[in-house]
Amino acid sequence: MIEALFFYMFAGVMLAAGTMVVISRNPVYSVLFLILAFFNAAGLFVLIGAEFIAMLLVVVYVGAVAVLFLFVVMMLDINFAEMRAGFQKYLPLGLAVGGILVFELVAAVYGDAFDGVTLPAATDISNTRALGNVLYTKYIYLFQVAGLILLVAMIGAISLTMRRRVGVRRQVIAEQNMRRRDETVEVVDVPVGAAARTISTVVASKREG
Amino acid sequence: MEFLTNSYVIELAWIVAKIMVVVGPLLIAVAYLTLAERRVIGFMQLRKGPNVVGPFGLFQPFADALKLMVKETILPAGANKVVFMLAPMLTFILALVAWAVIPFGEGLVIADINVGILYLFAISSLGVYGVIMAGWASNSKYAFLGALRSAAQMVSYEVSMGLVIINVLVCVGSLNLTAIVEAQRGMWFALPLLPMFLVFFISTLAETNRAPFDLPEGESELVAGYFVEYSSMSFALFFLGEYANMILMSGMTTVLFLGGWLPPFDIWPLNVVPGPIWFILKVMLLLFVFLWVRATTPRYRYDQLMRLGWKVFLPFSLIYVVLTSGFLLWTGNLPTVAG
Repeated sequence: MIEALFFYMFAGVMLAAGTMVVISRNPVYSVLFLILAFFNAAGLFVLIGAEFIAMLLVVVYVGAVAVLFLFVVMMLDINFAEMRAGFQKYLPLGLAVGGILVFELVAAVYGDAFDGVTLPAATDISNTRALGNVLYTKYIYLFQVAGLILLVAMIGAISLTMRRRVGVRRQVIAEQNMRRRDETVEVVDVPVGAAARTISTVVASKREG
Repeated sequence: MEFLTNSYVIELAWIVAKIMVVVGPLLIAVAYLTLAERRVIGFMQLRKGPNVVGPFGLFQPFADALKLMVKETILPAGANKVVFMLAPMLTFILALVAWAVIPFGEGLVIADINVGILYLFAISSLGVYGVIMAGWASNSKYAFLGALRSAAQMVSYEVSMGLVIINVLVCVGSLNLTAIVEAQRGMWFALPLLPMFLVFFISTLAETNRAPFDLPEGESELVAGYFVEYSSMSFALFFLGEYANMILMSGMTTVLFLGGWLPPFDIWPLNVVPGPIWFILKVMLLLFVFLWVRATTPRYRYDQLMRLGWKVFLPFSLIYVVLTSGFLLWTGNLPTVAG
């Protein structure tokens, strides 16, 4: 009974948050509601006993991806009127994509995709181990390919944003640590009253030499 | 009467009681950590620190708390009110909920879950939301700059923290915190994984925005950073959250590297001392180092902070994962995975 109660709570909040992501006027609110939705999805995972996936969802999506979303959305100077102007134009496309997704979900649930598939019986193997057992054996190639795709995306992002700028002074820590005192400081014995003259000649000789 | 004997109700009451037993002393510990900080730094700088309110200044935290409570809560006119009030609450709640999985002694833990260390890691990675929401909702450039700095800093150091945790996990073969402590019965991980222990400790300094990585607050350039617009209780919640986080991170370091509730040597006078006492002593030692570091190190420059996180700690801990697992495989000491 308690479990059902929690299921409806997580599911209900998640749906509500998902709706709010779409209809919020303020994009920062949208991201915050998205985070709430992720959280409740993690709750649902815990309810079916997939605690490892639930924690990963929070660590990866909420702890890292959504932070960057929030970061970008907060920094953007968004013109709300302009953003809503495209609504009519994009509506048919959005509806089409949504409709296809709904159709696929319905087809998967009511079709024969899940025939003969049952939830594995609860064993005393923790799901971290269960995942590890198949991830690095049966699915090793898929796993490696997924890693490769991420690597390509990373290199792409770096090469798109990195550019050599001229005139930037960079600090090279190793070079700085290698510096010795006599390369940078000179102790000069200055006679009384001759300070200004001496300094100017020393500076001048430095410049020439 | 049937309602009272219902097993759900009894279980709920039992859990609430356990939570109270953890949270009550935690809040008192937070109060006295603030006093300890001022006293310790005072002595290190040849001052006395607060010593007037009560014996040795012991009532100072309560005087401070009272002062904060009776002050006016100010909502800036341009602030986003909901998010503005939500941010300190979130910070404080996150600092408390993580304690659910910390084992204080053998079996003395609120929730002994399978993925304890992942839960801790997940909760500590959420701490950045309190900061970033506060900075944005304040509608002030100082607060916003502080929040941006903090977000980048916390995300950066989390990466190397994750890799350090993998080092420990490879040695243990379980994500359960009790199992991690039990695996250290022969030797604390701080010895064989000493470099990782240091990297982890420095990363916790950055993760809790403490000196020398306290750039988000950087009072010399940002006034007080992300909580500059906060006053009264909303400020107090940030303050409590920050200190509770320090204690939490010390607890996490203790569990991962200093053998949790285990005594340093399993010999007579040491092993009769109850486990929670050892745990608390180790946490106090780490907290002292937190304060010590604050009193003795100058603040990092921001680019140096990022360099340290991404160019030093990240490759170093990544190589160490390879070394640790290679060594365990070579010597045939890879842990057999239980359960």
